Amino acid sequence: MPKLKINNIEIEVEPGTSILQAAEQLGFEIPRFCYHDRMSVPANCRMCLVELEGAPKPVASCAMAAGEGMVVHTDSERTKKARKGVMEMLLINHPLDCPICDQGGECDLQDQAMAYGFDRSRYHENKRAVKDKNLGPLIKTVMTRCINCTRCVRFGEEIAGVTELGQLNRGEDAEIGTFVQKAVSTELSGNMIDVCPVGALTSKPYAFNARPWELKKTESVDVMDAVGSNIRVDSRGREVLRILPRLNEEVNEEWISDRTRFAYDGLKKNRLDRPYIRDAKTRKLREATWEEALALVAEKMKTFPSEQMAAFAGDLCDAESMLALKDLMNAFDADRLECRVDGAQFDETQRAGYIFNSSIAGIEEADAILMVGTDIRKEAAIINARIRKTWMEKRIPISLIGEKADLNYPCYHAGKTLQDLEKMVKGHVGKVNAQKPMMIVGMGAFLREDGLHVHGMLRDAAEKLGCIKEDWNGFNILHTAASRVAALEMGFVPHMPFEYDEMSFVYLLGVDDGFVLNRLHPDAFVVYQGHHGDAGAARADVILPGAAYTEKNGIYMNTEGRVQRGRKAVDSPGEAREDWKILRALSEVAGHTLRYDDLAQLRERMVNEFPQFDLLDELAVAEWQPFGLNGKVAGDPLRSPVQNFYITNLITKASGTMQQCSETFHSEDAMYAEAAE
Amino acid sequence: MKNWINAFLLVEIVKGMALTLKYMFFVPRVTINYPYEKGPLSPRFRGEHALRRYPNGEERCIACKLCEAICPAQAITIEAEPRADGSRRTTRYDIDMTKCIYCGLCAEACPVDAIVEGPNFEFSTETREELYYNKDKLLENGDRWEAQIASNLAADAPYR
Repeated sequence: MPKLKINNIEIEVEPGTSILQAAEQLGFEIPRFCYHDRMSVPANCRMCLVELEGAPKPVASCAMAAGEGMVVHTDSERTKKARKGVMEMLLINHPLDCPICDQGGECDLQDQAMAYGFDRSRYHENKRAVKDKNLGPLIKTVMTRCINCTRCVRFGEEIAGVTELGQLNRGEDAEIGTFVQKAVSTELSGNMIDVCPVGALTSKPYAFNARPWELKKTESVDVMDAVGSNIRVDSRGREVLRILPRLNEEVNEEWISDRTRFAYDGLKKNRLDRPYIRDAKTRKLREATWEEALALVAEKMKTFPSEQMAAFAGDLCDAESMLALKDLMNAFDADRLECRVDGAQFDETQRAGYIFNSSIAGIEEADAILMVGTDIRKEAAIINARIRKTWMEKRIPISLIGEKADLNYPCYHAGKTLQDLEKMVKGHVGKVNAQKPMMIVGMGAFLREDGLHVHGMLRDAAEKLGCIKEDWNGFNILHTAASRVAALEMGFVPHMPFEYDEMSFVYLLGVDDGFVLNRLHPDAFVVYQGHHGDAGAARADVILPGAAYTEKNGIYMNTEGRVQRGRKAVDSPGEAREDWKILRALSEVAGHTLRYDDLAQLRERMVNEFPQFDLLDELAVAEWQPFGLNGKVAGDPLRSPVQNFYITNLITKASGTMQQCSETFHSEDAMYAEAAE
Repeated sequence: MKNWINAFLLVEIVKGMALTLKYMFFVPRVTINYPYEKGPLSPRFRGEHALRRYPNGEERCIACKLCEAICPAQAITIEAEPRADGSRRTTRYDIDMTKCIYCGLCAEACPVDAIVEGPNFEFSTETREELYYNKDKLLENGDRWEAQIASNLAADAPYR
């Protein structure tokens, strides 16, 4: 443990800690551009120079490991002079076009030039200019602003696993570019915008829209996948202008996927902003008032027998609205509830059987990973990034059973069917070297008739492969819907299986999946409550306009069973209301008033009945109990549920940016896949 | 006694009348015939706002929003997006002249001398609505007053 002195304060640090990190532990800020906590250290910007006693020149603190007996000064005259010099060098070729730069106001270079630079320029020669690169529909480039810190290059190589960007040429001609003219095709590309310390890489959809100081910042949770990435929603007035990641080491570190970041423009299109009723004569939807719509739904609810009433909860619902819907249906003695609207079949009685037991951060402890029926890069890009991180550190063996996937780490494709898994288990029983092996099962394994048998077989396989130990549970289910785990926790599932086409009253809470819609009886009375006009709304007899995830306070449980709170950033359009309020209002009209008047009471009710919702951002360990059925499973090849990363739900479907990405990247992928076959 | 004499001879009155006569016939007049005549204005006079253009007709404003940020009365509202040629431009530039306190900070903040307070002070209106200026109105002001604004800026330049 080396001991060193920084600004006359002694500190003892772990071996291998750099001077910069040691200074940070003491609270001394050292300016930097190229250094980033999660990436390798190139030490090429030289902004972090500090004075080290005994060294002939100032040293780069990010790359110099702390040594025994070092004496460092971070605010001496010599350090300041060095920083000023470096800053002047960096600004020689920087265009200083801050007024038209989107980074203006949140720019590291701007801030540090203010704090550590000269107040005027001595450079009168011509500045160099660099040609802009086309990096696709998400990233806008102004390469003249680049200071060659190479953060984007390192992000691509180390975290996203694509080597498309690189530094070309040398000296004054040095520039960042793509080796071939190609868009940066990674599902994490938006993070390059965040790591760029200057305005060289900025968000294309957000270009010139707003300044950071005029935005309202709301800390929330993402619903585009079941990871529950922590996000910050930046809005102005009624408009969501951008979405940025929020740091949460346990979940998304500081990255978010492109779907999370760029799908927000879908929130402005195809919105349901007023209630609609299907006219009895013309069979066309007509505009209606809230009173009319609620009265009609209430009347229908009273007419049908409870065993012909069913409710379905879609992928983007918050826990509160699902609980309100459950309470409402139960008040009518109806218990035909279903949240698995994609048709997945699995045993929902044991918590350990449907959550991501080892936790996302736990992936880093794993020493072997087997994935079943999932294309994890498309289903949960952030979890995939964690797997890649673990592979980068430890080079663990990773194998996959299911549809072949394009992954950014080596992965042994062990087969396509569950029989291949059986074979694998037989061959490996008792021979697994790994201490903490891990199994990740995607929804693809359960999208079939014999899902319950598959579930039992997978449990068996996990036990035989040594995934279940006293202090380690390596059996993980990867969900694709943000609402799913919360719904399962609250028992939003039927007590007995039921036939969808026997239902004469159906309540769809944001359900647009063909699996449900195609099975409904043509004469069934369908109520659709949701925020986007799509398949579900088209089938509905009454449409109740709800709020999207940026427009309501809601609780979400991610695939690990972690409870997180989403917060309201903007108001809903038109007459749309928060979902639990609609259900509460409906209950009153229907004569079974729910016993809560505000969100706090609703949450109290939720916590009373389901105490696990009180553990905010904590993980409870689920007990390992038997689940699933034993028996033979069919030999159909496994299919992963997400084929197109960019278009997975209503919001992404309405989003122009996602459409563009899909055209640019997905068609390209499909082309390569075809060529490969 | 002296006061008595002065009072009876109306000396004060005569003095006063003499001053009046002097200003009537011998000193140049100071009262001006507004609105047909106007007094001199400093080049730094802060009157009605205008958005300027470059000599080639391109609008100067680049939507950096610094004027919006600095405005102490929050009278300026700007919205922006990329124009067809990819340049950064405003789609909306509104000044609420009833909120404006004519401090001139917007003109100080502007990096391209686009928003300026021109020499015009005669823009009273009959309704409030007419004082909610939009981009068209401001650009029109700019076109109308450009010659004078430019000469004012040039006159003030050495002191900046």
